[in-house]
Amino acid sequence: MTSKPVNFFKSIPLWVKVLGGVALAALLIALPIVYPKSYVMGVMCRIFMYMILAGSLNVINGYSGQFNIGHAGFYCIGAYTEAILATKLGLSFWIALPLGGVMAALIGLLVATPTLKLRGTYLAIVTLGFSEIIRLVALNWEGLTGGPIGIKGIPAPVFFGFKVTRSIHYYYIFLALAALFFFVTYRVINSRVGRAWMSIREDELAARSLGVETRFYKATNFMYGAFWAGIAGAAFAPYFKFIASDMFSLDEGFNILSMVIIGGQGTLLGPMVGSVIVNFLTEFLRPISQYRLVVYALLIIAMMWLRPQGLVGASNSILAAKKIGGKTGRGKRGALAPAGGK
Amino acid sequence: MLDIENLSVNYGYVSALRGVDLHVGQGEIITLIGGNGAGKTTTLMSISNLIEKAEGRITFKGKDITGMAPHRIVKMGICHVPEGRRIFPSLSVRENLVAGTVGNTALKKADQARRFEEVYALFPRLRERMQQNGGSLSGGEQQMLAIARGLMMDPDLIMLDEPSLGLAPIIVEEIFELILKIKQKGKTILLIEQNAGMALQVADRGYVLVTGQITLGGTGKELLVNPEVRRAYLGM
Repeated sequence: MTSKPVNFFKSIPLWVKVLGGVALAALLIALPIVYPKSYVMGVMCRIFMYMILAGSLNVINGYSGQFNIGHAGFYCIGAYTEAILATKLGLSFWIALPLGGVMAALIGLLVATPTLKLRGTYLAIVTLGFSEIIRLVALNWEGLTGGPIGIKGIPAPVFFGFKVTRSIHYYYIFLALAALFFFVTYRVINSRVGRAWMSIREDELAARSLGVETRFYKATNFMYGAFWAGIAGAAFAPYFKFIASDMFSLDEGFNILSMVIIGGQGTLLGPMVGSVIVNFLTEFLRPISQYRLVVYALLIIAMMWLRPQGLVGASNSILAAKKIGGKTGRGKRGALAPAGGK
Repeated sequence: MLDIENLSVNYGYVSALRGVDLHVGQGEIITLIGGNGAGKTTTLMSISNLIEKAEGRITFKGKDITGMAPHRIVKMGICHVPEGRRIFPSLSVRENLVAGTVGNTALKKADQARRFEEVYALFPRLRERMQQNGGSLSGGEQQMLAIARGLMMDPDLIMLDEPSLGLAPIIVEEIFELILKIKQKGKTILLIEQNAGMALQVADRGYVLVTGQITLGGTGKELLVNPEVRRAYLGM
């Protein structure tokens, strides 16, 4: 009861945190110079991209208590928007990138509006269906998306006349995007908007009685998460040079969700850690190919059992079962209830 | 300050409130007493517009708020402390209080610090427990937190829904003392209680609600000695 992971983090003096942050930043910036192996760079690129994806899903699932498992759909929209704008209209990557995010946010609003009254499993089912619809549209709208063939030859971004082609270059793009995501989300979570999201997660009726306009905040929450998923997708398209609808299947959505759960919902750091762990596991387990999915499943079950709040002890999360304890009776239910337990 | 005229609310075929008229004046403590299912909570919910009204008109500071969206009602200065405390259990006490300011967009960062001081002065125990999780507080402390959270938005009218619910008698007394202190700060209070004895002692005026209708009204002292009230609600 007394050991609180939050307090551990809070008890670290500020200068240690700042110093640690600076050291980490320097290490990440220097890594490609010291160790420019293209395989490692590729893995790092994926880690950063999934940090944005898992982080943005966490904003929805972890901070406002809505339950989205169709995050791959928003990711898909971002990727296709960038690919279509770049190949068909010849737009620069730097313009298409934010447009990918905006497009995903708009679709996010479209999904959020009719589902504002849904919560928990019901909302999950809608997002699940939505993700599949997006994938099927991408698969069947041959005129726009190339149908089953996908979109090939997505042009590389040009940075002040310098053509970004190798993964070492993309490393910096993804690193910058992940850092930007981390910073912006940190600010948002600690703002009025973030408080409103958390109050909705904790108790929607109480939030309304305090004057939180829940419909507005739930919709913006969905849009914010979708926006960053779109950004991640838009950055992924030119990096991979080729996209097809089967890259954005439900499995992808579950993959992102598992990172959030393993890392810890409702913490800023959790999904980052989750992304690192899951991506490293993917690389280590390459030799056993599809059996690695079994390992993921076992990992999630073990996590639910041993540490339901995720690796980075979710201080603010309803999943932090032990902190609330048996007194309110939420502890036991809390384990598998990203749905808000209502 | 707050006027309710002919308010009726239905839950499906069941009518919960029938033609309720209620007046709350500036700086008063008004209490609404009644048994289970009399419609006390429903009255509050319809003031905050959290449920649909069948009939009636509600005005606050001369403005019609009958159909206003809940968040705009809060902005006008009405705060609703819901029944059963409903604090945010896994946010810290401080975060709970910050969440209370979200509804009032007029509050700036600097105001927030001032609000904190004011609220902590009223509830010194919350200052001690600032970093603790809301869910780890005792029942009485949670109730104080719920009231404090409502006060954070600096409302003119604060509506308390059964603040004594499930609390030990000594804590109930403490809560009622706090309610008097809040009144001294110039706030208007609409108090809903099953604990009629306590409520009538602090109230300026009271209303008795029986199955959706107001049957009696008067000053707190009048109601305390009213034989009907004494029999039905005070058990004497």
